[in-house]
Amino acid sequence: MKKEQDYIQDIAEIRSMMERSSKFLSLSGWAGILAGIYALAGAWIAYSVLEFHPDEIFYSYPDLTNIILTATGVLFLSLISALLDSRRKAKKQDNKAWNVTSRRLLTSMAVPLLTGGILIMLIIPYGLLGLIAPLTLLFYGFALYNAGSYSIKEVRIMGFVQMILGLLNAAFISYGLLFWAIGFGLVHIVYGIYMYFRFER
Amino acid sequence: MNISFDDLHKAFENRVRLGIMSALAVNDSLDFTSLREFLEVTDGNLATHIKKLEQEGFVEVEKSFIDNKPNTSYTMTPEGKKAFNQHLKVLESIIKSQK
Repeated sequence: MKKEQDYIQDIAEIRSMMERSSKFLSLSGWAGILAGIYALAGAWIAYSVLEFHPDEIFYSYPDLTNIILTATGVLFLSLISALLDSRRKAKKQDNKAWNVTSRRLLTSMAVPLLTGGILIMLIIPYGLLGLIAPLTLLFYGFALYNAGSYSIKEVRIMGFVQMILGLLNAAFISYGLLFWAIGFGLVHIVYGIYMYFRFER
Repeated sequence: MNISFDDLHKAFENRVRLGIMSALAVNDSLDFTSLREFLEVTDGNLATHIKKLEQEGFVEVEKSFIDNKPNTSYTMTPEGKKAFNQHLKVLESIIKSQK
Protein backbone atom coordinates (compact mmCIF):
# COMPACT_ATOMS: atom_id res chain seq x y z
CA MET A 1 0.00 0.00 0.00
CA LYS A 2 1.32 3.40 -0.92
CA LYS A 3 1.64 6.16 1.63
CA GLU A 4 0.63 9.80 1.39
CA GLN A 5 4.24 10.76 0.63
CA ASP A 6 4.14 8.49 -2.41
CA TYR A 7 1.05 10.21 -3.77
CA ILE A 8 2.62 13.64 -3.32
CA GLN A 9 5.66 12.32 -5.17
CA ASP A 10 3.35 10.92 -7.90
CA ILE A 11 1.79 14.33 -8.43
CA ALA A 12 5.18 16.04 -8.51
CA GLU A 13 6.35 13.60 -11.17
CA ILE A 14 3.20 14.00 -13.25
CA ARG A 15 3.67 17.76 -13.23
CA SER A 16 7.35 17.57 -14.06
CA MET A 17 6.76 15.12 -16.90
CA MET A 18 4.00 17.26 -18.39
CA GLU A 19 6.29 20.27 -18.37
CA ARG A 20 9.39 18.49 -19.64
CA SER A 21 7.56 16.81 -22.49
CA SER A 22 5.74 19.90 -23.74
CA LYS A 23 8.13 22.80 -23.22
CA PHE A 24 11.74 23.44 -24.13
CA LEU A 25 13.29 24.79 -20.93
CA SER A 26 16.95 24.86 -21.80
CA LEU A 27 16.93 28.36 -23.27
CA SER A 28 20.09 30.17 -22.45
CA GLY A 29 20.44 33.57 -20.82
CA TRP A 30 24.02 34.03 -21.97
CA ALA A 31 23.03 33.56 -25.60
CA GLY A 32 20.43 36.34 -25.17
CA ILE A 33 23.06 38.71 -23.80
CA LEU A 34 25.48 37.84 -26.63
CA ALA A 35 22.78 38.22 -29.31
CA GLY A 36 22.01 41.67 -27.90
CA ILE A 37 25.66 42.69 -28.05
CA TYR A 38 26.01 41.44 -31.66
CA ALA A 39 22.87 43.37 -32.63
CA LEU A 40 24.14 46.59 -31.04
CA ALA A 41 27.48 46.16 -32.79
CA GLY A 42 25.69 45.47 -36.08
CA ALA A 43 23.47 48.53 -35.70
CA TRP A 44 26.53 50.65 -34.92
CA ILE A 45 28.41 49.34 -37.99
CA ALA A 46 25.38 49.98 -40.22
CA TYR A 47 24.86 53.48 -38.85
CA SER A 48 28.38 54.84 -38.37
CA VAL A 49 30.62 52.85 -40.68
CA LEU A 50 28.28 52.14 -43.58
CA GLU A 51 26.25 55.35 -43.04
CA PHE A 52 22.95 53.54 -43.48
CA HIS A 53 20.26 55.91 -42.15
CA PRO A 54 16.86 54.59 -43.29
CA ASP A 55 14.80 57.47 -41.84
CA GLU A 56 12.10 57.53 -44.53
CA ILE A 57 9.97 54.75 -45.98
CA PHE A 58 11.46 55.33 -49.42
CA TYR A 59 15.14 55.47 -48.74
CA SER A 60 17.83 55.04 -51.31
CA TYR A 61 21.16 53.53 -50.50
CA PRO A 62 23.82 52.85 -53.14
CA ASP A 63 24.86 49.30 -52.28
CA LEU A 64 22.99 47.06 -49.88
CA THR A 65 25.55 44.24 -50.02
CA ASN A 66 27.45 45.35 -46.92
CA ILE A 67 24.24 45.96 -44.98
CA ILE A 68 22.97 42.48 -45.85
CA LEU A 69 26.36 40.99 -44.91
CA THR A 70 26.28 42.78 -41.53
CA ALA A 71 22.72 41.63 -40.85
CA THR A 72 23.55 38.06 -41.86
CA GLY A 73 26.63 38.15 -39.63
CA VAL A 74 24.56 39.26 -36.62
CA LEU A 75 21.96 36.57 -37.29
CA PHE A 76 24.58 33.86 -37.80
CA LEU A 77 26.55 34.68 -34.63
CA SER A 78 23.34 34.88 -32.59
CA LEU A 79 22.12 31.51 -33.84
CA ILE A 80 25.48 29.84 -33.17
CA SER A 81 25.59 31.25 -29.63
CA ALA A 82 22.00 30.19 -28.94
CA LEU A 83 22.54 26.66 -30.24
CA LEU A 84 25.85 26.10 -28.43
CA ASP A 85 24.70 27.50 -25.13
CA SER A 86 21.30 25.75 -25.20
CA ARG A 87 23.14 22.52 -25.80
CA ARG A 88 25.46 23.19 -22.87
CA LYS A 89 22.53 24.05 -20.64
CA ALA A 90 20.52 21.00 -21.75
CA LYS A 91 23.49 18.79 -20.99
CA LYS A 92 23.79 20.31 -17.53
CA GLN A 93 20.09 19.67 -16.87
CA ASP A 94 20.56 16.16 -18.23
CA ASN A 95 18.17 16.75 -21.13
CA LYS A 96 18.68 16.28 -24.83
CA ALA A 97 18.88 19.62 -26.65
CA TRP A 98 17.49 18.12 -29.85
CA ASN A 99 14.16 16.57 -28.97
CA VAL A 100 10.43 16.92 -29.65
CA THR A 101 10.17 20.16 -27.68
CA SER A 102 13.10 21.98 -29.30
CA ARG A 103 11.97 20.81 -32.75
CA ARG A 104 8.52 22.26 -32.10
CA LEU A 105 10.00 25.48 -30.75
CA LEU A 106 12.17 25.95 -33.84
CA THR A 107 9.37 25.14 -36.31
CA SER A 108 7.02 27.55 -34.58
CA MET A 109 9.64 30.28 -35.02
CA ALA A 110 10.77 29.35 -38.51
CA VAL A 111 7.38 29.84 -40.18
CA PRO A 112 6.88 33.55 -39.31
CA LEU A 113 10.61 34.30 -39.70
CA LEU A 114 10.80 32.85 -43.22
CA THR A 115 7.61 34.64 -44.26
CA GLY A 116 9.00 37.92 -42.96
CA GLY A 117 12.34 37.32 -44.64
CA ILE A 118 10.70 36.70 -48.01
CA LEU A 119 8.48 39.77 -47.62
CA ILE A 120 11.53 41.95 -46.90
CA MET A 121 13.33 40.57 -49.97
CA LEU A 122 10.23 41.42 -52.04
CA ILE A 123 9.97 45.04 -50.88
CA ILE A 124 13.67 45.92 -51.25
CA PRO A 125 13.40 46.39 -55.07
CA TYR A 126 10.62 48.96 -54.46
CA GLY A 127 13.05 51.03 -52.41
CA LEU A 128 11.00 50.62 -49.23
CA LEU A 129 14.14 50.36 -47.14
CA GLY A 130 12.62 52.29 -44.25
CA LEU A 131 10.25 49.37 -43.62
CA ILE A 132 12.97 46.76 -43.16
CA ALA A 133 13.65 47.55 -39.50
CA PRO A 134 9.97 47.63 -38.39
CA LEU A 135 9.19 44.46 -40.38
CA THR A 136 12.10 42.50 -38.89
CA LEU A 137 10.92 43.52 -35.40
CA LEU A 138 7.30 42.61 -36.15
CA PHE A 139 7.99 39.20 -37.65
CA TYR A 140 10.52 38.39 -34.93
CA GLY A 141 7.80 39.34 -32.46
CA PHE A 142 5.32 36.94 -34.15
CA ALA A 143 7.96 34.19 -34.03
CA LEU A 144 8.60 34.68 -30.31
CA TYR A 145 4.91 34.96 -29.52
CA ASN A 146 4.38 31.62 -31.26
CA ALA A 147 7.40 30.05 -29.59
CA GLY A 148 6.03 31.07 -26.20
CA SER A 149 3.61 28.13 -26.37
CA TYR A 150 6.55 25.74 -26.38
CA SER A 151 8.80 27.38 -23.82
CA ILE A 152 8.70 29.58 -20.74
CA LYS A 153 6.14 32.41 -20.75
CA GLU A 154 8.86 35.09 -20.78
CA VAL A 155 9.47 34.26 -24.45
CA ARG A 156 5.89 35.24 -25.27
CA ILE A 157 6.27 38.50 -23.31
CA MET A 158 9.43 39.32 -25.27
CA GLY A 159 7.43 38.64 -28.47
CA PHE A 160 4.90 41.28 -27.40
CA VAL A 161 7.65 43.78 -26.67
CA GLN A 162 9.21 43.24 -30.11
CA MET A 163 5.83 43.65 -31.85
CA ILE A 164 5.18 46.91 -30.00
CA LEU A 165 8.64 48.19 -30.91
CA GLY A 166 8.01 47.18 -34.53
CA LEU A 167 4.75 49.14 -34.61
CA LEU A 168 6.40 52.16 -32.96
CA ASN A 169 9.22 51.91 -35.47
CA ALA A 170 6.67 51.97 -38.31
CA ALA A 171 4.98 55.01 -36.77
CA PHE A 172 8.27 56.86 -36.28
CA ILE A 173 10.33 55.84 -39.29
CA SER A 174 12.44 59.00 -38.90
CA TYR A 175 14.16 57.45 -35.89
CA GLY A 176 15.72 54.95 -38.28
CA LEU A 177 17.58 52.14 -36.61
CA LEU A 178 16.93 53.29 -33.03
CA PHE A 179 13.94 51.01 -32.37
CA TRP A 180 15.70 48.16 -34.09
CA ALA A 181 18.72 48.59 -31.79
CA ILE A 182 16.42 48.72 -28.75
CA GLY A 183 14.51 45.58 -29.81
CA PHE A 184 17.30 43.34 -30.98
CA GLY A 185 19.98 44.82 -28.73
CA LEU A 186 18.65 46.11 -25.44
CA VAL A 187 15.64 43.76 -25.11
CA HIS A 188 17.82 40.70 -25.73
CA ILE A 189 20.35 41.84 -23.14
CA VAL A 190 17.65 42.54 -20.52
CA TYR A 191 16.00 39.18 -21.27
CA GLY A 192 19.37 37.41 -21.07
CA ILE A 193 20.23 38.97 -17.71
CA TYR A 194 16.77 38.12 -16.38
CA MET A 195 17.10 34.50 -17.55
CA TYR A 196 20.56 34.23 -16.06
CA PHE A 197 19.53 35.44 -12.62
CA ARG A 198 16.23 33.60 -12.62
CA PHE A 199 17.30 30.17 -13.83
CA GLU A 200 21.04 29.79 -14.12
CA ARG A 201 22.75 31.34 -11.16
CA MET B 1 -16.46 12.78 1.09
CA ASN B 2 -15.89 9.14 0.65
CA ILE B 3 -12.67 8.43 -1.17
CA SER B 4 -11.36 4.98 -1.38
CA PHE B 5 -7.87 3.95 -2.38
CA ASP B 6 -9.57 1.39 -4.59
CA ASP B 7 -10.62 4.26 -6.84
CA LEU B 8 -7.01 4.57 -7.96
CA HIS B 9 -6.58 2.67 -11.16
CA LYS B 10 -4.16 -0.25 -10.87
CA ALA B 11 -2.66 0.60 -14.24
CA PHE B 12 -1.31 3.85 -12.83
CA GLU B 13 0.39 2.37 -9.78
CA ASN B 14 3.63 2.12 -11.69
CA ARG B 15 5.71 5.29 -12.10
CA VAL B 16 6.73 4.53 -15.69
CA ARG B 17 3.10 4.06 -16.73
CA LEU B 18 2.14 7.22 -14.90
CA GLY B 19 4.96 9.01 -16.75
CA ILE B 20 3.80 7.73 -20.14
CA MET B 21 0.26 8.93 -19.44
CA SER B 22 1.49 12.34 -18.21
CA ALA B 23 3.59 12.89 -21.33
CA LEU B 24 0.77 11.77 -23.64
CA ALA B 25 -1.73 13.97 -21.80
CA VAL B 26 0.05 17.12 -23.01
CA ASN B 27 1.20 15.88 -26.44
CA ASP B 28 -1.07 14.95 -29.36
CA SER B 29 1.25 12.05 -30.08
CA LEU B 30 4.79 10.98 -29.24
CA ASP B 31 7.11 8.45 -30.85
CA PHE B 32 8.88 5.67 -29.01
CA THR B 33 12.28 7.40 -28.92
CA SER B 34 10.89 10.64 -27.50
CA LEU B 35 9.00 8.78 -24.79
CA ARG B 36 12.11 6.81 -23.89
CA GLU B 37 14.19 9.99 -23.62
CA PHE B 38 11.64 11.74 -21.41
CA LEU B 39 11.24 8.75 -19.12
CA GLU B 40 14.89 7.67 -19.09
CA VAL B 41 14.08 3.96 -19.24
CA THR B 42 15.28 1.08 -21.38
CA ASP B 43 13.59 -0.04 -24.60
CA GLY B 44 12.31 -3.25 -23.06
CA ASN B 45 11.00 -1.58 -19.95
CA LEU B 46 9.12 1.05 -21.93
CA ALA B 47 7.71 -1.52 -24.36
CA THR B 48 6.33 -3.64 -21.52
CA HIS B 49 4.57 -0.73 -19.88
CA ILE B 50 3.15 0.60 -23.14
CA LYS B 51 1.81 -2.87 -23.92
CA LYS B 52 0.01 -2.90 -20.58
CA LEU B 53 -1.55 0.51 -21.23
CA GLU B 54 -2.50 -0.61 -24.71
CA GLN B 55 -4.29 -3.66 -23.29
CA GLU B 56 -6.23 -1.40 -20.93
CA GLY B 57 -7.32 0.58 -24.00
CA PHE B 58 -5.69 3.76 -22.68
CA VAL B 59 -3.07 4.14 -25.38
CA GLU B 60 -3.29 3.77 -29.14
CA VAL B 61 -0.39 2.73 -31.35
CA GLU B 62 0.12 3.97 -34.86
CA LYS B 63 2.79 2.46 -37.05
CA SER B 64 3.97 4.32 -40.09
CA PHE B 65 7.03 4.90 -42.24
CA ILE B 66 9.04 8.12 -42.23
CA ASP B 67 11.77 8.17 -44.89
CA ASN B 68 11.43 4.41 -45.23
CA LYS B 69 12.16 3.92 -41.54
CA PRO B 70 9.50 2.40 -39.31
CA ASN B 71 8.08 4.88 -36.85
CA THR B 72 5.79 4.04 -33.98
CA SER B 73 3.80 6.81 -32.38
CA TYR B 74 1.50 6.70 -29.40
CA THR B 75 -1.66 8.61 -28.60
CA MET B 76 -3.90 8.68 -25.58
CA THR B 77 -7.39 7.32 -26.23
CA PRO B 78 -10.49 9.13 -24.90
CA GLU B 79 -10.86 6.34 -22.32
CA GLY B 80 -7.25 6.85 -21.32
CA LYS B 81 -7.82 10.56 -20.88
CA LYS B 82 -10.88 9.91 -18.77
CA ALA B 83 -9.14 7.38 -16.56
CA PHE B 84 -6.08 9.61 -16.16
CA ASN B 85 -8.15 12.66 -15.17
CA GLN B 86 -10.10 10.51 -12.73
CA HIS B 87 -6.80 9.28 -11.28
CA LEU B 88 -5.58 12.87 -10.83
CA LYS B 89 -8.81 13.80 -9.07
CA VAL B 90 -8.50 10.90 -6.64
CA LEU B 91 -4.85 11.70 -5.93
CA GLU B 92 -5.81 15.27 -5.21
CA SER B 93 -8.61 14.39 -2.82
CA ILE B 94 -6.48 11.83 -0.97
CA ILE B 95 -3.88 14.48 -0.30
CA LYS B 96 -6.47 17.07 0.66
CA SER B 97 -8.28 14.74 3.04
CA GLN B 98 -5.10 13.75 4.85
CA LYS B 99 -3.85 17.29 5.39
